[in-house]
Amino acid sequence: MRKKVYLVGGYNTISMGTGRKEFSPKKERPGLEEYIREAGQGVLKQIGGAANVDECVIGNFIASRFNKQANMAGFFPYIDEGLTFKPCTRVEGACGTGALAVLTGIKSVLAETADVVLVVGVEVQNTVKAIYGADILAAAGWFKERKDGHAYFFPGKFSDRAGAYYEKFGKEKTRKAMARWYVNAIENARLCPTAQEYHNTTADLLAQGMAEPNPKGFVDNLNVFDCSKVSDGASGIAAVSEEGLKKCGIDKKDAVEIAGFGQVEYDITKPPKDPTKLETTAAGVQKALQMAGITKDQLATVECHDCFSIAGIMAVEAIGFAAHGEGPDFVSAGHTARGGKIPFNTTGGLMGWGHPTGGTGVHQAVTIWEQMTDRAGKAQIEIPKDKPFGLSINMGGDDKTLGVMVYKKI
Amino acid sequence: MNYSERLQNVTVLGAAGKMGSGILLLTAMEMADLSLKPENKGKEYVLYALDISQKALAGLMKYIQGQVLKAAEKKAVALRKVYADRKDLIENCEIIDQYVKDVMNIIRPVTTLESAYESLIVFEAASENPDLKVKIFSQIEKNNQNKPWFFTNTSSIPIGYLDKEAGLGGRVLGVHFYNPPAVQRLVEVIKASATLPELSEFVSQFIKNLRKVEVPANDFAGFIGNGHFMRDALHGMAEVGKLSKEMPFVDAVYIVNKISQDLLIRPMGIFQLIDYVGIDVCQYIMKVMAPHVKDEKIHSPLLDQFMELGVKGGQHSDGSQKDGFLKYEKGRPVGIYDPDKKAYVAIADIAAKCDALIGPMPEGFLPWKSAVGHPAKDDFFKKYFMALKVMDSLGAKLARDYAIRSKAIGLKLVSDQVAFSEKDVNTVLLTGFFHAYGPINDYLN
Ligand SMILES: NC(=O)c1ccc[n+]([C@@H]2O[C@H](COP(=O)([O-])OP(=O)(O)OC[C@H]3O[C@@H](n4cnc5c(N)ncnc54)[C@H](O)[C@@H]3O)[C@@H](O)[C@H]2O)c1
Repeated sequence: MRKKVYLVGGYNTISMGTGRKEFSPKKERPGLEEYIREAGQGVLKQIGGAANVDECVIGNFIASRFNKQANMAGFFPYIDEGLTFKPCTRVEGACGTGALAVLTGIKSVLAETADVVLVVGVEVQNTVKAIYGADILAAAGWFKERKDGHAYFFPGKFSDRAGAYYEKFGKEKTRKAMARWYVNAIENARLCPTAQEYHNTTADLLAQGMAEPNPKGFVDNLNVFDCSKVSDGASGIAAVSEEGLKKCGIDKKDAVEIAGFGQVEYDITKPPKDPTKLETTAAGVQKALQMAGITKDQLATVECHDCFSIAGIMAVEAIGFAAHGEGPDFVSAGHTARGGKIPFNTTGGLMGWGHPTGGTGVHQAVTIWEQMTDRAGKAQIEIPKDKPFGLSINMGGDDKTLGVMVYKKI
Repeated sequence: MNYSERLQNVTVLGAAGKMGSGILLLTAMEMADLSLKPENKGKEYVLYALDISQKALAGLMKYIQGQVLKAAEKKAVALRKVYADRKDLIENCEIIDQYVKDVMNIIRPVTTLESAYESLIVFEAASENPDLKVKIFSQIEKNNQNKPWFFTNTSSIPIGYLDKEAGLGGRVLGVHFYNPPAVQRLVEVIKASATLPELSEFVSQFIKNLRKVEVPANDFAGFIGNGHFMRDALHGMAEVGKLSKEMPFVDAVYIVNKISQDLLIRPMGIFQLIDYVGIDVCQYIMKVMAPHVKDEKIHSPLLDQFMELGVKGGQHSDGSQKDGFLKYEKGRPVGIYDPDKKAYVAIADIAAKCDALIGPMPEGFLPWKSAVGHPAKDDFFKKYFMALKVMDSLGAKLARDYAIRSKAIGLKLVSDQVAFSEKDVNTVLLTGFFHAYGPINDYLN
């Protein structure tokens, strides 16, 4: 890092959707603007107000279809009049949008065009039924493949990956690990009041996670518990320089430092070389760790992109915690649970906390910031002194657009 | 003529009614699915939605379109394969829209009987009136050169009677869907003595394709479902008659309704079920059944009394429950009709004292909703009825008598050869009435 950059003032709205008690598909719900405003104001309150903000970045995947809304940058002055006439940018990288938004903020600070950048990520997806949402989310893939794809396009993609993985490394152990991943996700989400699965009271999660996939109604190799849900939500955080911290009057111990990042891309028109691996993810992680000058063993926690349980397991391998084919064993042994060797997704991740696509990368950053500043409440884990680092992986499309960040506890 | 050819020209009679609309929906989708098969490309499929009410037909088309849309959304995975060769249809929304259009394109809403003169199949779900059905059938039979097959949804008229009166030469079969046909999985199939075997074969295939459960019944007024239900209802009303000697009528209705729902762990109490079906419909079905049942009296003065008072139950056109024995708010019973006062008494005012009379719930009680999906259901009910058996509260006594009567009704349906097996009786109650256990069981032995 050419310059020290910090994240401060994180804020998450509730991840709204099925599972939340207050959610009913028939009831009217807050729209995009309410989520953006709540998250934006949540950050502004912690950083001394809009006057301190130099730039704004909003991450949103596809409001143009879910909400018939584009020109998203225009919502910043709506958050707070004080943001009128400030430079505002919208970024997009499918489900990897959120990390791109945070990274764009970080880069503005690095480029010294800003000391304080307000970053918001948002998606409001419950406006359409899941079967139509699948059409919209398919835009994260190459449209020319849509016709031959599954009705549930992305679940279809990761079902194919899961199928390839079963074939190569054994179905039984993999399915067990996927169910275990689900259990961890829900158990963590139960500790976080904003999580979509916060109200989940299912007694036997493991049995539920083991349900046989139903190819007739859904995809071949995944059941619905292997998938993240449809979510509405927004998250916000500020990327600031040393001067920015001072300007906002924020103590360093209330900030987390960005130690490095890896932003990488893969050809959207090409299938993965090996469907049992997340190679772009691996490349991004390597780059980020290298930039931070650390190894995976110095990580205290990871937020990974578990849009599907199988993606979580493959991420474990991509980081190098387990060899290719041994991710399931690592997960089944409990190493990724909150009490395990390396706690993953401590507030539930995409499967437990929720996946408002364009907001997810920001939510991951907020979660790590919370963990590193002792704000995670019941979900708080211990960050050992000799392992002061955290990692977040945000993935757009089928391992295409990757934003990886390494965070350091101060 | 094979299965798919037979379905190329169909009429649903009474298409705008409660049953007709559901049958139309199911048939339209089955026909559309056939028409979309590669081997049927270019063949014409026509489905006449025939009803006398022009206004109801307009509403019907709206209803069908909404329902097809929902069904298409549910089967989008399969539809992508059906339309795989349509390069212009890429997204789910495009495929779903096309399917809705393809289904709607098959349906022709009509008000004149002439349309049925070219059909190969006539699904009849017109009002339950023997003269009407006979008249329509003979008229179609006279004018239709295709020797059409008649499938009637009648709940109570013997199929053999229709066959004979309308001169259909065995080309008639009872295909008794349950209400609402789109949701209910049970279909009772009733052969008359002269019914041609081809009709049953076709219908078996049809029911299988609709993923429904077929139960054969003998051609005996009421068949299995109503044969059981009407007697079950008569028992409940008789119990009210006895109890009313010692307590107000509304209290007795409350108690019998409650024990038939809660203590018997059924989806609804007997009086709610009568209201659901309609007091008028129940009265009518009993009237049609009565002459055919020699050794029992299938008649209820109580139903007659309510009909005279104009209290009929049944459903509003939006599917919500009309008031009958009980008064409903948001689908839940809140009052009970007092025929002397000609007014409803609030349940809240009498529940406490009646519940005290009923007595405690048997140990291990679970409401129907939990019991119906119980992983060890048989064990659960064994234990539950064991507990019920040894209690001597009023509620337990009434519940035991009810269960014993329900079983006896079931067994009689078998010995009278209305049902072909005990299992068939249980299947009808399990799938058609959503009971959690069949009436023919050994739980109280
Ligand atoms: N409602 C139930 O629960 C139920 C269950 C099983 C079977 N059934 C049977 O299904 C049949 C229909 O019952 P429903 O409840 O749907 O009644 P309904 O009154 O809702 O529908 C009857 C329809 O037939 C139409 N109709 C009347 N005379 C006609 C004629 N001459 N030509 C064309 N259409 C005509 C009416 O306009 C009406 O739309 C009856 O035989 C009934 O016994 C009903």
